[in-house]
Amino acid sequence: MSLINDTVAWLTDSAQWSGGSGIPWRVAQHLGYTTITVLAASVVAVPLGLYVGHTGRWKNTAVLVTGALRALPTLGLITLIVLLTSVGLTPAIIALAVLCIPPLLAGIYSGLEAVDPATVDAARAQGMTETQVITRVELPLALPLIIGGLRSAVLQVIATATVAAFIGVGGLGRYIIDGLAVRDTPRVLGGAIIVVVLALLIDALFAVGQRLAFRHASPADSHPQLKEKTA
Amino acid sequence: MIEFRSVGKQFDDGTRAVSDFNLVVPSHATVVLVGSSGSGKTTLLRSINRMVEPTEGQILIDDVDVATQNPVELRRSIGYVMQHAGLLPHRKVIDNVATVLRLCGIPKKRALDRSAEVLGTVGLDSSLYTKYPSQLSGGQRQRVGVARGLANDPNILLMDEPFGAVDPIVRAELQTEMLRLQRELEKTTVFVTHDIEEAFALGDQVVILKKGGEVAQIGTPQEILADPADDFVRSFVGLERGQRTLRIEEKDGQRIVVDEYGRPAGVLQ
Repeated sequence: MSLINDTVAWLTDSAQWSGGSGIPWRVAQHLGYTTITVLAASVVAVPLGLYVGHTGRWKNTAVLVTGALRALPTLGLITLIVLLTSVGLTPAIIALAVLCIPPLLAGIYSGLEAVDPATVDAARAQGMTETQVITRVELPLALPLIIGGLRSAVLQVIATATVAAFIGVGGLGRYIIDGLAVRDTPRVLGGAIIVVVLALLIDALFAVGQRLAFRHASPADSHPQLKEKTA
Repeated sequence: MIEFRSVGKQFDDGTRAVSDFNLVVPSHATVVLVGSSGSGKTTLLRSINRMVEPTEGQILIDDVDVATQNPVELRRSIGYVMQHAGLLPHRKVIDNVATVLRLCGIPKKRALDRSAEVLGTVGLDSSLYTKYPSQLSGGQRQRVGVARGLANDPNILLMDEPFGAVDPIVRAELQTEMLRLQRELEKTTVFVTHDIEEAFALGDQVVILKKGGEVAQIGTPQEILADPADDFVRSFVGLERGQRTLRIEEKDGQRIVVDEYGRPAGVLQ
């Protein structure tokens, strides 16, 4: 039981809660990397997902490529990119972003694809431009699935951003990598616990966001008191 | 006035929907295109607002070729009502009706006032304006669809089997309502259906289409019944097996009209 006691001691040590290697700063770094990664991935995934979902073109290719990307091992990819470029934050972000693209992309195109074609057809027949069809019909109705994709993308990045420490940058992975190096098990365990708690908290936030998006997309189904038919 | 000049459509996959179709839809008239599936009736209808681009021929609205017009502007100027209403599930009834008005840049308040007015015209209870489409019955949704088509006060109304998905009682009710709206608003209407009864009930002119958009006969319902062009028309309108033949029987001094099975259809006056 001394491991648990030691871990609790490590977590509650006031030295861990301040300074450049303290938990708050590492959490901030970790969330910062996550944000940059998801933004970088979005630059690719959002336009691509909208294009595939809106037009229905290149769907099979998108499925194949995202499937293949998902299968890439993170650590291997990071190592490869570091070997090809240099050590630092950029290769880590690139590697994490590559792995973040599949769930984002899949959420967007499958969300758009799930919108009733008759609704889209009617919107176009009323005289909406293609952009208006996307922003006023497809996106609001696809939002629950898109946020679902974002949710798994973000969680995946939070979990795997720990490997960034492997190539010498910060984040919560530092505790795990450094702890392992000096066989400081309480530090490894403490770092892992923080990652888990952080992931759960962020996941809970997204769960709320997804519910709000669902309410927006199908307002009638999410207000039971409105549900009885007036017919 | 809508004019079809030798309109033809071959889809990218090689299927030919329509060839050499000619028709003039006079202003303020209702023309019904009727035919079974594969007759190209929906293709013809959707060619008018450029939801489908014909591969041959021209369509003119008041002597202007629609192909020369911006499709988005064109669609905003033409009312379109479709089979499953196609309402936006995430917008309230009244916002759905206001869609086209808002797209045309009409201020929100005025768009909503106009939408309420036109919802009243189609006979929808005002308590339903703030509901969402899924909270309405099929018939009510169709009324909203018609209101949306009329909101912008277009000269032309296109209706693609709008009453195809509702039960017969509601359909009859909506058809009666449609006739009233036609009398009041006098829109130039092109109506597509596969139901000959509906075609006869609503059309000033009825166009019976064979496979591939070939016109079997154009005429008023009376003309078609009195003088069917060929066996296809005779069978399509149900004259073939003695359907639609009514006889008069005398009973207690009253003249009763009976159908081909001897069932009473009404009293002759």
